[in-house]
Amino acid sequence: MPSVIDLNAVTQTFVSSDGSPVTALQNVDLHLQRNEFVSLIGPSGCGKSTVLRLIAGLLRPSAGEVRIFDLPVTEPRDEIGMVFQKPTLLPWLSVVDNITFPMRHKYGRVDAKDQARAQSLLAMIGLQDFGHKRPHELSGGMQQRVAIARSLLHDPDILLMDEPFSALDALTRDEMSFELLRICSERPKTVVFVTHSIQEALLLSDRIVVMSARPGRVSQIIDVPLAHPRTLQTLTDPVFTRMANEIREQVFTRHAH
Amino acid sequence: MKALAYRHASLLAFIVLLGLWELACRALAVPEYILPAPSVIALAAGSLGLARWAEHLWATIEVALLGYALALALSIPLAVAITRSALLSRIVMPWLVVIQSTPIVAVAPIIVVTLGAGVLPRVAITTLLAFFPLVVSTCLGLSSVPAEFIELSRSLRANTARQYWQVRMPFAIPHVFSAMKVSVTLAVVGAVVAEFVAAEKGLGYLILFTTSSFKVPVAFAALALLVLSSLTLYSLVQWVHQRFFGWSSPKA
Repeated sequence: MPSVIDLNAVTQTFVSSDGSPVTALQNVDLHLQRNEFVSLIGPSGCGKSTVLRLIAGLLRPSAGEVRIFDLPVTEPRDEIGMVFQKPTLLPWLSVVDNITFPMRHKYGRVDAKDQARAQSLLAMIGLQDFGHKRPHELSGGMQQRVAIARSLLHDPDILLMDEPFSALDALTRDEMSFELLRICSERPKTVVFVTHSIQEALLLSDRIVVMSARPGRVSQIIDVPLAHPRTLQTLTDPVFTRMANEIREQVFTRHAH
Repeated sequence: MKALAYRHASLLAFIVLLGLWELACRALAVPEYILPAPSVIALAAGSLGLARWAEHLWATIEVALLGYALALALSIPLAVAITRSALLSRIVMPWLVVIQSTPIVAVAPIIVVTLGAGVLPRVAITTLLAFFPLVVSTCLGLSSVPAEFIELSRSLRANTARQYWQVRMPFAIPHVFSAMKVSVTLAVVGAVVAEFVAAEKGLGYLILFTTSSFKVPVAFAALALLVLSSLTLYSLVQWVHQRFFGWSSPKA
């Protein structure tokens, strides 16, 4: 099966504030299949977010190459939707205008089709009565849902998510995870999900990429054998608990060295 | 009653101060060319006539507003250019600081000689005084947009004009308005300074003219009117901010 996203021997170096070069990623190989949900997990500074930005076309690799649909990535692409750690909603726009913002920002206009699509996305995230509200009138979880809806406006094949639920409380987090699973089952896409939470990664992913820091590299790729659809019961599945412990041990022992 | 007094404490203090001022002037028989009592100021103000006041007031406000508008028209595009180009920023910023460090009062007579009599040199002086805070704050606002919003804009491959118009400018609004409030009062200062140098009407001119002939009560009245105009302009900018950009002020 052909890959959707390929990172071939990607190395990324930055110049730090004191002028010395820092290797954020070293020789990273990663291949994502169509409609696969992959989580990137690892300690801070392991370059998870850098991987995401390379795929998004926001960064160019120092060495190696990033390909999407077998084409080299030279700039941000239309097939990609992005969700950030913070909701990143524009405070002066209503919820519905935030969802259609990509069209306004990219093409300078929003047509009736975009409006209709925004309404159906609002319904999908259960916020149909909140379209005219401003972001600050919504809770953190609701705001992040709007951000997800915005990323889905142009029905992207690839969804890149950078710790999207990390700012939410534990209950909302679980709720959002199930919501994301539901969205992905209705409209399958290739998802790259950066997270700090092992539980979240296990619940959501088909594969988990464990990364280590200084320099950032892939230390292990784990297949998650849990059945779909995943529900609250999945969280108490013995396989889930066992795998959570295994991954925790790996992340911690590597981190301790 | 007590709550009402608490709410208007500042106004009450002012009224009390006026009363004390009046009493002191009468009790100590202070000559009016040294410190006129409030009642004397009010009488002198009345004797000048409404038409004359309106004429002087408008002369000052006109210059202040023209200078302010010019400062806005120059500073916002300049700030956009500075934040877009690191080179331009390196070239322009030191010169802005030089202009700001130059005492405008000292430059004012030179400007009048260069630009001749009339409204033009007065507007130029006002603009020079009002525009520095606008440039600095707008630059700060335009470049303090959180990184993820810029990434959002870049991930959509929006052109730079849209990035500025739809993301950076709105984020800069609170900074721009706080500078606009400072600048509008500076514009009044600029207009008065210009009138001190060369003018035949205006509230600054009136103060200069009346003090030189010891009509101090009129000068005080003109001063009060200047303060009032400045406060009104400040409130007007504040009102525009709240009315049209309410989302950008901190939520209660």
